[in-house]
Amino acid sequence: MQAFTLLTSLVAPLDRANVDTDAIIPKQFLKSIKRAGFGPYLFDEWRYLDRGEPDMDCTHRLLNKDFVLNKPQYKGSEILLTRENFGCGSSREHAPWALADFGFRAIIAPSFADIFYNNCFKNGLLPIPLATEVVDSLFNELTEGYTLTVDLNTQKIITPNNREISFDVDENRKYRLLNGLDDIGLSLQHTDKIRGYEAERAKRAPWLFVDY
Amino acid sequence: MSGKTLYDKLWEDHVVYTEDDGSSLIYIDRHLVHEVTSPQAFEGLRLAGRKPWRPSRNLAVADHNVPTTDRDKGIADPVARLQVDTLDKNCIEFGITEFTMADARQGIVHVIGPEQGATLPGMTVVCGDSHTSTHGASGALAFGIGTSEVEHVLATQCLIQKKAKNLLIHLNGQTRSGVTAKDIVLAIIGKIGTAGGNGYTIEFVGEAIRALSMEGRMTVCNMAIEAGARAGLIAVDEVTIDYYRNRPYSPKGSDWFMAERLWQRLHSDDNAVFDKVIGIDATAIKPQVTWGTSPELVVAVDETIPDPEAESDLTKRQGMVRALEYMGLKAGQAITDIAVDKVFIGSCTNSRIEDLRAAAQVAKGKKIAGNIKLALVVPGSGLVKEQAESEGLDKVFREAGFEWREPGCSMCLAMNADRLEEGERCASTSNRNFEGRQGYGGRTHLVSPAMAAAAAIAGHFVDVTAINLT
Repeated sequence: MQAFTLLTSLVAPLDRANVDTDAIIPKQFLKSIKRAGFGPYLFDEWRYLDRGEPDMDCTHRLLNKDFVLNKPQYKGSEILLTRENFGCGSSREHAPWALADFGFRAIIAPSFADIFYNNCFKNGLLPIPLATEVVDSLFNELTEGYTLTVDLNTQKIITPNNREISFDVDENRKYRLLNGLDDIGLSLQHTDKIRGYEAERAKRAPWLFVDY
Repeated sequence: MSGKTLYDKLWEDHVVYTEDDGSSLIYIDRHLVHEVTSPQAFEGLRLAGRKPWRPSRNLAVADHNVPTTDRDKGIADPVARLQVDTLDKNCIEFGITEFTMADARQGIVHVIGPEQGATLPGMTVVCGDSHTSTHGASGALAFGIGTSEVEHVLATQCLIQKKAKNLLIHLNGQTRSGVTAKDIVLAIIGKIGTAGGNGYTIEFVGEAIRALSMEGRMTVCNMAIEAGARAGLIAVDEVTIDYYRNRPYSPKGSDWFMAERLWQRLHSDDNAVFDKVIGIDATAIKPQVTWGTSPELVVAVDETIPDPEAESDLTKRQGMVRALEYMGLKAGQAITDIAVDKVFIGSCTNSRIEDLRAAAQVAKGKKIAGNIKLALVVPGSGLVKEQAESEGLDKVFREAGFEWREPGCSMCLAMNADRLEEGERCASTSNRNFEGRQGYGGRTHLVSPAMAAAAAIAGHFVDVTAINLT
């Protein structure tokens, strides 16, 4: 997994609440058995005027010029600024895969849906929940060329006029993201504890250890 | 000392160890696997040279992509076929039990789990699917996970989790006759919003919940995720225990009696403390119909579409305006004046035998209206289908003009051939009315099975509790 440390980037504002993972990556693209290549289909129904299909070459598709990610001033943005309950609905990890593949590294919103929030950390993508008033202030001051700096180590966002905004992140998640660590490898260091738990549980609930 | 909530008990029973920051490794008793969110996880195992920790705790089935017609011809769409074939191959390679498309037990993963007794009270249950919350109806801690976590569970039988907060939703009083589990849960989402349960595990209690069958409880917990909560819970009682007696994967012999004793404690203590408590008057709930593109945009069938101008929150107001535009509706319009083009009875929310019986009762001896282009009934599993056919429900539906299909997720998310065309309006018993969910440009109204059947007969929404069913 790609580590996340310090990021300075343009910010793309997506001014909608309750953006669901069906909107982030529509279902027809979930038929892929790969983990990569979802970026061109990110927000497919909003970004394009025609209907997207898997493995479609997107370079000649009709763009919806009004959609924020199609506006030239936001090209190359690695930070997405959006509204409450971002990533609600389906658990599909294809949503963070698509966001990361498109080039986003951080998402700022008043709140995130739980499964989506969790999935982001597995993919080097940092979701940053901030108070609604703070998100409102960022939307209000965002003009062309607006950049933010996100420092995961100090848990601070720095605005162009040097305002510092602190954000919360679990220590454990922060450590893994800063170092780009693989969860499975770390969990398997506790093999003895898992075996111990199983032995003890098998006494209390033996039916869970009947293999059929 | 304060008592424990049901969630506290389930959590404590499964903690392998806890880190200083509160994140824990928790043990997973049952992992359900389907074709859409697992291929990358199996590939991850292969690349790392890892094997499943306990293959027997996994149960796989293809449901999202499978066709609901002409099963003997296989899957026409080559991309979907590759995904289902990949699941078959992965299950063989890694020694995981799969109910393949030819198996009578095949069906929607959240229907077959309880049906087989593969998901039981007191378990932790996960699946790469947000509607895993369904299994909380049995007093199991059940929630959806992403594909990286699917791989983690396969490799370690554990997950890294931080404990959620406790939310109690108390349904006060009994519901009116004809008001279903679907109406209860839509009314809850209408009240607390789609983010209302974010960060919480919801426990549903009260007389109206106790009165529900296990299947009704599954419908309620299924949509906990639509209220923002990863997991929904309902305490174990006699209804739960009776349901799991003699299921194929249920405990046998002396294990059953031991399990029964252990399951009796799966309820919140009287003095348990919840982080938040919400009361809902069950007696006031009427049949619900969503009108927008989020499940929280819902009203009772006898109401009109709300006016965005009356909403003070700007973001919410803009969301309502966008939803009305997408749905092709206007503020003030009566719900019963909305005509539908298609009807879908199915999905992990409402495709169990009781759902089909409720819909059949409405459709019996009637015909679908002339404006209905398609009315689909998609049973939740091959066994639900068999049961329905043994009761003659398939004939009732067919005679009324409905199509009777093979089991799968079908038009809930339209990954197979069953879908809405642009601009088509659907009365659907599924769980999500998001833009494009049931097909590009499709317009979804979420309702109960009886309400969906009534809309098919009338051609528009009607209050099923107000019509004469005899």
